[in-house]
Amino acid sequence: MKTNIKISARNLNFYYGKHQALFENNLDIPEKKITAIIGPSGCGKSTHLRIYNRIFNLYGDQRAEGEVLLDGANILSPSTDILELRHRVGMIFQKPTPFPMSIYDNVAYPLKLHYKMSKSETEARVEQALRHAYLWEEVKDKLNSSGMALSGGQQQRLCIARALAAEPEVLLMDEPTSAIDPIATHHIEELTMELKQKLTIVMVTHNMQQASRISDYTAFFYKGQIVEVGETARIFTNPTHQQTEDYITGRFG
Amino acid sequence: MNNCSTLKRRSPIFRKFSNIVMNCFCLLSITLALFAMYSILVTVWQHGSDALTWEFLTEPSKPYGEENAGIANALLGTLYMSLGAALMAVIPAMAAGIWLAEFGKNNKIATILRFCGNVLMGIPSIIIGLFVYVLIVIPAGHFSGWAGAIALSIIMFPVIMRTTEDSINMVPDTLRESALALGMTRMRATLSIVSRSAKNGLITGVLLSLARVSGETAPLLFTALFADVYPNHFFEQPTASIPVLINEYTNNSPFEAMHNMGWGAALVIALVILAINILTRIIFHENKH
Repeated sequence: MKTNIKISARNLNFYYGKHQALFENNLDIPEKKITAIIGPSGCGKSTHLRIYNRIFNLYGDQRAEGEVLLDGANILSPSTDILELRHRVGMIFQKPTPFPMSIYDNVAYPLKLHYKMSKSETEARVEQALRHAYLWEEVKDKLNSSGMALSGGQQQRLCIARALAAEPEVLLMDEPTSAIDPIATHHIEELTMELKQKLTIVMVTHNMQQASRISDYTAFFYKGQIVEVGETARIFTNPTHQQTEDYITGRFG
Repeated sequence: MNNCSTLKRRSPIFRKFSNIVMNCFCLLSITLALFAMYSILVTVWQHGSDALTWEFLTEPSKPYGEENAGIANALLGTLYMSLGAALMAVIPAMAAGIWLAEFGKNNKIATILRFCGNVLMGIPSIIIGLFVYVLIVIPAGHFSGWAGAIALSIIMFPVIMRTTEDSINMVPDTLRESALALGMTRMRATLSIVSRSAKNGLITGVLLSLARVSGETAPLLFTALFADVYPNHFFEQPTASIPVLINEYTNNSPFEAMHNMGWGAALVIALVILAINILTRIIFHENKH
């Protein structure tokens, strides 16, 4: 079975002011697979990920050059509707970021933002999203209490439910488990494996076991360049580049 | 690896000693500050508590010699002017503060606005009173509570602008990003997520600025002045306020009875401001968790 390419980065360069952080990145993200981005701190993993939904646009001194094709259309072109792009490409951050409102409202927010729907429809979809994120059983009796009152792992699953509610096609995860405990991490990894049946996932991770456990493809970044990309099984057992092997075997990073 | 065992050790005695000295110094400073506040409150209480009766709070002020004089009109005047000032200042000042924090990074206009705010905050309030006197009172031909409210709103503006900017700045960027990442516009993310997250700070700023202006005297001397009647003609007649009443009664009156009423009014305003501050604390603490 041939896999479609959902996102394709072409000759991508990125600058923080005058400092260049990414150099000629070329990367294909297969549809409905999990692609892990690994590499040592400061190698540009997150920077690369943050281009896919143009969240870097928040900061005036950051700019990207090159092309990122989402279903063949360049999202870096000025004509891209950025709100529509972010509807299609959701994002989960390193630290959980529940909004300062109730659990229900957190998940209902993107629904109300993007769709006109009845109250009962909203309720049904909030429940569906929370079930999807395996959070429903834990919060169904306290939907009106604050999302900030949940534990770290629950907050992160709330953020996933919120991101899923608007039904994105791609989910970007920027070290989603680095700030939470091992059990919650396990929950989120399982959830991520479920999610790939419906959507494309790109995950930046510091944790190599995590990358090897859950991802289908792995890209190894080093100093802003993509050193090696391939199927996870091959990257972890038979890397072609010495740098990749050194990193994976823990000789640096 | 360095081998530290060959290095000469620095004795920890001095560090421990300086730690103790600093702690004592801090304790002393706190005691001094608390003592100052305590003695102010005690003095005001000793002089003012006798005047504190039900009539005092419910009757309007009257010329010397009349029975049953109170401060109700001045209380109401202070309330009207403070709230009037808030009505005029809060929304534009918050908008300015939000703009400064969200859109005014590395921006010339923002730098200028921020500087002007700081200057405005440092201007003696009596000058603001004179300014409003020239601008409003002289052309209108009469003192009014309205002019007083305008003077107070000018004092409020930079305070609220600053506290708003500070509290919005304290919201982490990740919250902004996660709002934008859902497809919100910048304005929506700012108003409905970031501001909501900074709500405590925003409310605190408004309450503290209210507490501050409700005790302002100088700007009201040139604008609202004083009157022994209820502020029913807020827009065209002089309006009483507590601070001006205190000034008039304790400073400009030869009569013992008036002095006592002035102290009573001082006690009332001190208690009200204390209450606002404590209330602010409580709101702030409750929402923290």
